[in-house]
Amino acid sequence: MRVTFTVNGREESADNVWEGESLLYVLRERLGLPGSKNACEQGECGSCMVYLDGVPVCACLVAAGQAEGRQVRTVEGLAEGDRLDAVQEAFAECGAVQCGFCTPGLIVQAHDLIARVERPSDAEIREALAGNLCRCTGYEKILDAVRLAARRKAAT
Amino acid sequence: MDFLRPTTWEEALAAKADRPEAVPIQGGTDVMVELNFDVRRPAALLDLGQVAELRAWGMVGGFCRVGAGVPYTTIIEELGGPLPGLAQASRTVGSPQIRNRGSVGGNLGAASPAGDSHPPLLAADAVVEVESRDRGVRMVPATAFYLGVKRSALEPDELIRAVHVRPATGPQYFSKVGTRNAMVIAVCSFAIALHPGERRVGTGLGSAAPTPRRAYEAEELLARELDWQAPLDPALLRRFGELCAAAAAPIDDVRGTAAYRVHAIGVMARRTLTWAWNDHLGRRAA
Repeated sequence: MRVTFTVNGREESADNVWEGESLLYVLRERLGLPGSKNACEQGECGSCMVYLDGVPVCACLVAAGQAEGRQVRTVEGLAEGDRLDAVQEAFAECGAVQCGFCTPGLIVQAHDLIARVERPSDAEIREALAGNLCRCTGYEKILDAVRLAARRKAAT
Repeated sequence: MDFLRPTTWEEALAAKADRPEAVPIQGGTDVMVELNFDVRRPAALLDLGQVAELRAWGMVGGFCRVGAGVPYTTIIEELGGPLPGLAQASRTVGSPQIRNRGSVGGNLGAASPAGDSHPPLLAADAVVEVESRDRGVRMVPATAFYLGVKRSALEPDELIRAVHVRPATGPQYFSKVGTRNAMVIAVCSFAIALHPGERRVGTGLGSAAPTPRRAYEAEELLARELDWQAPLDPALLRRFGELCAAAAAPIDDVRGTAAYRVHAIGVMARRTLTWAWNDHLGRRAA
């Protein structure tokens, strides 16, 4: 089947999509957007997170056909041109990235958190990131990065 | 595989009547896992995501009517007042991103004995509204909905439209055992709801039997012997825990042993009744 939806502000179509295919597969393999990572394929790890109509979701658990006509924003759509989003900058500055596989999902989820909550407490940050697994960092530098991004955002 | 995309409830019922083998998909948090892992290859997927009414809730005839597709996040944010037990259980489902998509309708459709919403629905006497094009609406009490492991009273041509729950008239609590605070399928779980107007206490056991179930003998004990004006009698509390544990019929599996589950159900029953009773007496004193 053909699936058409808006990705990062641009309307895109994919043809020959299998009906049981995930949105994640369409993004990565058909639309050339490999930022969202494919890891667990069961919603456990959060590596594939995207915004679907403004709500953070695991792209591996959305059937491609469910995205028809809707707005998808991936990690590739957070920066404005060459200017990184505040969360992306903070992750780079704080050393919150090691192998990088979990990073896109964490950035999308942190981006949503600081958009909703102006000064998130540590408990709120931990809760927000509870569905995003990182096996390298031990999370401390990720928490540093989210705190930094939230502080900067609140100051602007 | 076909991908069916009804945009109204009537279209959805027609599609299910014409294609009873079609698997409904709402948030996808169960169905897509089975597709991704090649566990299931249905002839058709029936996407309910376009049927907007399923994601709405409202008060109908004294009941809180929660559309089958209302995500857990909405239940947590908007229904903690009228449905505290269900909101607490929703808070323990998966992770934030899972709660943004998963729904009570999906939990009921999957009918897993470990589903987090089942115990609070049982404790609060919830009724499930199901419908088919040819036979119309059926109102199925939650107690009659769960038939076996991943089997429910839903007929092949029916869809779950909503769940009806009376707004709480007393304290409600949910408790769940798992290895961490997120992304946990319950080892076992327990819900309690005080119904002070009827001098009655409702219970719900999760992941402790082939289906979610109530602990009827424990409920009858409290209906008979609980003094609603007084502090909890420790002996009565202990017997309540024992009868709740006795209502469990669990198995050994990867998440825990049957013996552990029976023990934990007793502990959670005592704890949640104590919490609820403290609230009850506190409210009366206030």
